[in-house]
Amino acid sequence: MKMKGAQAFVKCLEEQGVEVIFGFPGGAVIDLYDELLRTPKLTHVLVRHEQAAVHAADAYGRVKGEVGVALVTSGPGATNTVTGIASAYCDSIPMVVFTGQVPTMLIGNDAFQEVDIVGITRPVTKHNYLVKKPEDLVPTIREAFHLARSGRPGPVLVDLPKDVIGAMINFPDPEPIRMRTYKPTYEPHPGQIEKACKTMLKAKRPVLYVGGGVINANAADSLTELAKKLDIPVTMTLMGLGGFPGTDPLSIGMLGMHGTYYANMAVANCDLLIAVGARFDDRVTGRIDAFAPHAKIIHIDIDPSSISKNVRVDIPIVSDCRHALTAINVWFDQNKEFSKKAAKEQHKAWHKQIKEWKSKHPLGYVEESGVIKPQFVVQKLHELTGGNAIITTEVGQNQMWAAQFYQFNKPRHFMTSGGLGVMGYGFPAAIGAQMAAPDQIVIDIAGDGSIQMNIQELATARQYKCPVKIAILNNNYLGMVRQWQELFYDKKYAHTTLDVAPDFVKLAEAYGAVGLRATKPSEVEPVIKEALKAKNTVMMDFVISREEGVYPMVPAGKATTEMLLV
Amino acid sequence: MKHTISVLLQNKPGVLSRVTGLFSGRGFNIDSLAVAETLEKDVSCLTLVTHGDEAIIEQITKQLHKLIDVIKVTDMAEHDHVEREMALIRVKAEAGTRAEVLRVIDIFRGKVVDVSPKSYVVEVTGSKTKLQAIIDIMRPIGIQEIVRTGGIAITRGKKF
Repeated sequence: MKMKGAQAFVKCLEEQGVEVIFGFPGGAVIDLYDELLRTPKLTHVLVRHEQAAVHAADAYGRVKGEVGVALVTSGPGATNTVTGIASAYCDSIPMVVFTGQVPTMLIGNDAFQEVDIVGITRPVTKHNYLVKKPEDLVPTIREAFHLARSGRPGPVLVDLPKDVIGAMINFPDPEPIRMRTYKPTYEPHPGQIEKACKTMLKAKRPVLYVGGGVINANAADSLTELAKKLDIPVTMTLMGLGGFPGTDPLSIGMLGMHGTYYANMAVANCDLLIAVGARFDDRVTGRIDAFAPHAKIIHIDIDPSSISKNVRVDIPIVSDCRHALTAINVWFDQNKEFSKKAAKEQHKAWHKQIKEWKSKHPLGYVEESGVIKPQFVVQKLHELTGGNAIITTEVGQNQMWAAQFYQFNKPRHFMTSGGLGVMGYGFPAAIGAQMAAPDQIVIDIAGDGSIQMNIQELATARQYKCPVKIAILNNNYLGMVRQWQELFYDKKYAHTTLDVAPDFVKLAEAYGAVGLRATKPSEVEPVIKEALKAKNTVMMDFVISREEGVYPMVPAGKATTEMLLV
Repeated sequence: MKHTISVLLQNKPGVLSRVTGLFSGRGFNIDSLAVAETLEKDVSCLTLVTHGDEAIIEQITKQLHKLIDVIKVTDMAEHDHVEREMALIRVKAEAGTRAEVLRVIDIFRGKVVDVSPKSYVVEVTGSKTKLQAIIDIMRPIGIQEIVRTGGIAITRGKKF
């Protein structure tokens, strides 16, 4: 069938099951936008800044477990996507970003709004393409989606020159994608599974260390099954939150720089660390030679380059997390030497030890009368949403308080920019999440600094009737940096005081959203309740205790046992 | 430790920069680099010489594998192999030294590929140490210019 490139583009998106795309038009992509107008099945969300389109697509994909899609124009449109793409790359989020490009004959001429976006994004994409020939358009888009969603997922960028999308092409029939050089390993090696299981059988002080890979692989159920079967405590990375129920007695919360005391102690003292879909990031390990020093390490990951990158692994298992966990569960089910009761008995002393650590330094904060504590706000949000809301965060203290105090029980309910740490991620992400789950409560837990990095998206939220709730934990500081300055720079608060700040209530109202403010602890609950009731976008301004810190804290470069506590 | 890594790549635009970008981005070293077509015209072979401890070489191999356009990565250190480099050297050759220069070239089994009244251009191939040896010998005579390729390597045929 002959059709215009732009029409083939839209047809390709439909073929991939895409329902919502996030974007911003421009000269190089006018043809695509013209075509979108004729495709009522595809919803296009017009953001107010291209970075927001990418974050929204990121969260949309995460909530749905699908590939998020963003579309922008050439030049500045393309460069504005870089932060969002890099964030998705660090967090292994499946995404395809389409950028417009000047006509092929002008490429390399420094044309108006021309930029080598394939060159710029090479280190932050799983792969990227410049489509030079019209006949390559459809196969490239199909390959891009395949790459984005398979193996270790990630963002893929497709650069589309204006003449390519304007050309007439034959729309080829779909055919199975055959790539000579790309064959991710999904199935674990049975010998490695056996070795891992035998090691688990003997362990007296095991810990499961769970990362975002478990969520990407839809392996939360298999993981929970394993943890319960063997009675193993579970700690999660920031990206892994929700991979195991946070309120389950076996959960020991998040580990690492702002992890719980007991999670860090457990990892430091365990004799077996079972890493599942996690990558031993420096925020998790602290000083590397003091990380899990007594432990044998099993590492399940679909990306071989993640294994033994930072920490030497004893039993590597290259596999999809779900496939590996299923194989492990089956092994134990079929093994006559194994009994649940014996496992429980074997780990009894270990659980007792963890319980002692838990009661010695529980996760908490000091209450002060008349002052709103940010942790209290997060706890209230948890309580009043029954722990079922989709939470997005910005980056900084707000992110850590959300991670520590909103106990996530389900996967795909926590969206945060984990690896790259993007301030300005949470609000557009909340819009993306709400587009993916219109009936769920979506809350962006934000700081007064980071919310201002993409605050223009209030217009987007209003335009698409996204009843997103923003909870600003307002301390009038760039709080996390201020905390570091307090602890390590003699309280010299260099440029972390936000001396001029908008009136967030009036700002919300200016966009036609609802603005609410709480300045006393007693106002927190009514404000949240009112926000949850509203059908509109709501911005809640919680004026919190100014110099509240995030604790526990492992100072950078220290061992994870050297925590600063509340 | 020095490692020679041979990488088969899809011959597409930008592939070389994916490889070099990976090295610069992750702080790996490239001592030398050589790329050319193979028997299949859409496949290139890139030979790179790098150094690092075992963990770094493991990461280099894994990260190279991860690039979508990479077909095969071989660390030559794991195989019996032959390795060669080539140098073109323009060396001063005047009345008093012409014979001496020719003798040295002969000892190293080099070839004179250009002759002028005051210089020769010499082509030598061999291992890095052999090339270094001839350069050291020629230096006092007077090297005017030198151009070297990166190393290339091939595994030896099966002996049985």
